[in-house]
Amino acid sequence: MPKVLPEPREITTVPRISDRIFRGIVTTGGLSTLAILALIAFFLVFNGFEVIRDEGLRFLTGFDWMDAIPDEGIAATYGIGAMLYGTLVIGLLAIIFGVPIAVGAALFLSYYAPEWIKRPMVVVIDVMAAIPSVVFGLWGYFILMPHAEYWAKLIHKYLGFIPIFDMPAPAYSRSPFIAGLVLAIMIIPIVASISREVFAQTPPDRIQAAYALGATKWAMIKAVVFPYGIGGVIGGAMLGLGRALGETVAVYTVLNLVYDIRIEILLSAGGSVASMIVNKFGEADAIELRALMAAGFVLFVVTLIVNFIANAIINRTARRG
Amino acid sequence: MINEENREMRDSMSKIETTSAASSGADIRKEVKPSSLASVAASHESKSKSREIRDGVGLEARGIHAWFGKKLVLEDISLDFAPGTVTALIGPSGCGKSTFIRILNRMHEFIPTAALAGDVLLGGKDIYGSGVDVTKIRLKIGMVFQKPNPFPSMTIRENVLSGLRLAQIKLSNEDELLESCLLRAGLWDEVKDRLNEYGGALSGGQQQRLCIARSLAVNPKVLLMDEPCSALDPGSTLRIEETIRELSESISIVIVTHNMQQAARVSDYTGFFLSDGGPGKLIEVGSTSEIFSTPKDQRTLDYVTGRFG
Ligand SMILES: Nc1ncnc2c1ncn2[C@@H]1O[C@H](COP(=O)(O)OP(=O)(O)OP(=O)(O)O)[C@@H](O)[C@H]1O
Ligand SMILES: [Mg+2]
Repeated sequence: MPKVLPEPREITTVPRISDRIFRGIVTTGGLSTLAILALIAFFLVFNGFEVIRDEGLRFLTGFDWMDAIPDEGIAATYGIGAMLYGTLVIGLLAIIFGVPIAVGAALFLSYYAPEWIKRPMVVVIDVMAAIPSVVFGLWGYFILMPHAEYWAKLIHKYLGFIPIFDMPAPAYSRSPFIAGLVLAIMIIPIVASISREVFAQTPPDRIQAAYALGATKWAMIKAVVFPYGIGGVIGGAMLGLGRALGETVAVYTVLNLVYDIRIEILLSAGGSVASMIVNKFGEADAIELRALMAAGFVLFVVTLIVNFIANAIINRTARRG
Repeated sequence: MINEENREMRDSMSKIETTSAASSGADIRKEVKPSSLASVAASHESKSKSREIRDGVGLEARGIHAWFGKKLVLEDISLDFAPGTVTALIGPSGCGKSTFIRILNRMHEFIPTAALAGDVLLGGKDIYGSGVDVTKIRLKIGMVFQKPNPFPSMTIRENVLSGLRLAQIKLSNEDELLESCLLRAGLWDEVKDRLNEYGGALSGGQQQRLCIARSLAVNPKVLLMDEPCSALDPGSTLRIEETIRELSESISIVIVTHNMQQAARVSDYTGFFLSDGGPGKLIEVGSTSEIFSTPKDQRTLDYVTGRFG
């Protein structure tokens, strides 16, 4: 006789009323963030749709941003290629300048700083994250720029043979280099605090194992702390990049927007999608406004992708070890 | 030779089991157990006496006091570790064995509130002296921890050789060293075909032996082991005990253990720590066979016979 297996039972749990209410509240909260995100995306797509359709891929690759001149029969062309390129350049510069400083600060706080300096410094870094970006912009313009111009001249003098440090005309102010420096300072707090958190989670038994093998502090950090924390640092850097890409006011203050792709980072000519939107927004007509919406949508997608990558990296390394 | 010893050891273990199984009643057990521990210790002693040459460097602790914050946890511990001997430290939980062993290679100072008094002499020189390079001290006095802690980001090979990299030692014959360390740690046969796998892919017992191999690679003069087998199965434990006895021909070993059988099986000398609520003290130290058969202090006898602790 064949064995008769019982049907699997259905297991139900009836949550308490209080539990259900609470669940309702947090669910609403969670879903509304998604809804807001979706609405923003929809709003941008809805308004920018026409321009994207008309321009096609040229919207991403084109350099020209011109309104129609009906008298001369010229149609409008909108391309954000140069701005998109400029955004990536200053974002990259921000990472290159900012991440090493942030990681250094995190290491200092985690492993070198005496106790009495640690707490105040953590607070200072957090406060730095809360400074409005226009302040960074003004500071960058009035205080940093004169110095940065001098540094740029030195770089050009000694490294000018490298194309990116070349200088066709002596215009050193409001360059991608300077914008990158200002952005670097703006992303330091977030990168530093994320790095500090992952460094602090380094399993103490591995640290002890390294020391017990006669490691110096620096050797221990290289062998144990970095391998453990690298994912978190990369994730933090990507979050910082996300912020840098979307930064508007500070960049607008210290960067000269030029609709051209130039590889010379010391030259007073750069681009930034976010700043361009602010720049054009005031006097845009209806159709240009749509183009700006479309640009906003592109920026939104780029930032979203960067953030997704950041989260994926952070999660993957959080699960390991 | 190794197998021979191993068999003998298992024999003596099974003897203990049979005697204690045969004897029912608590009173008899109390009488039987210490004497069988003593016989284990004695058989180990007779074997280790046959080893003539003892090399290595001796370690001496003199008048060690230790504090965490204001709390005194060790009081006036003086203990000699002769070159090429195995010393077991036993005692109830919280009496300061780990604190003491961590003082011996300057791991104690990593705890922010920790303080200490007294000297630790390695080959006659104070390791806490001013101008001493602490990383060199830790190279000479290796440590194996209770919980296996291989570096998960490194392969088995890299783990074994990690000490060289950490201390910036350059070697030409790394492969030879790799093999000899893994052989000495009793792990070679199990991993020789998977040296490029990650350290975390090994079993707990294998990881612990990997950690032993890792600490051997920098050629320590003294090896400190804090309950190295407490997370391991009996098979791995036996394997590590074998390793300890092989190692003790060339280096001095200090091992903390809660396992009396283990202390009796592997050690030449045994020190008994005890804290009566206050700081931990060294109650008695002597040859292992003596401690397990005729200790001088009643409290030691009580502890090794399982009457308390
Ligand atoms: N980091 C610390 N901070 C404060 N007190 C500590 C610290 N580590 C240990 N102690 C205290 O020091 C005493 C000795 O601890 P220790 O770890 O040396 O004991 P042990 O003999 O190794 O115990 P066990 O057998 O359980 O491992 C205990 O009273 C413990 O509470
Ligand atoms: Mg302990």
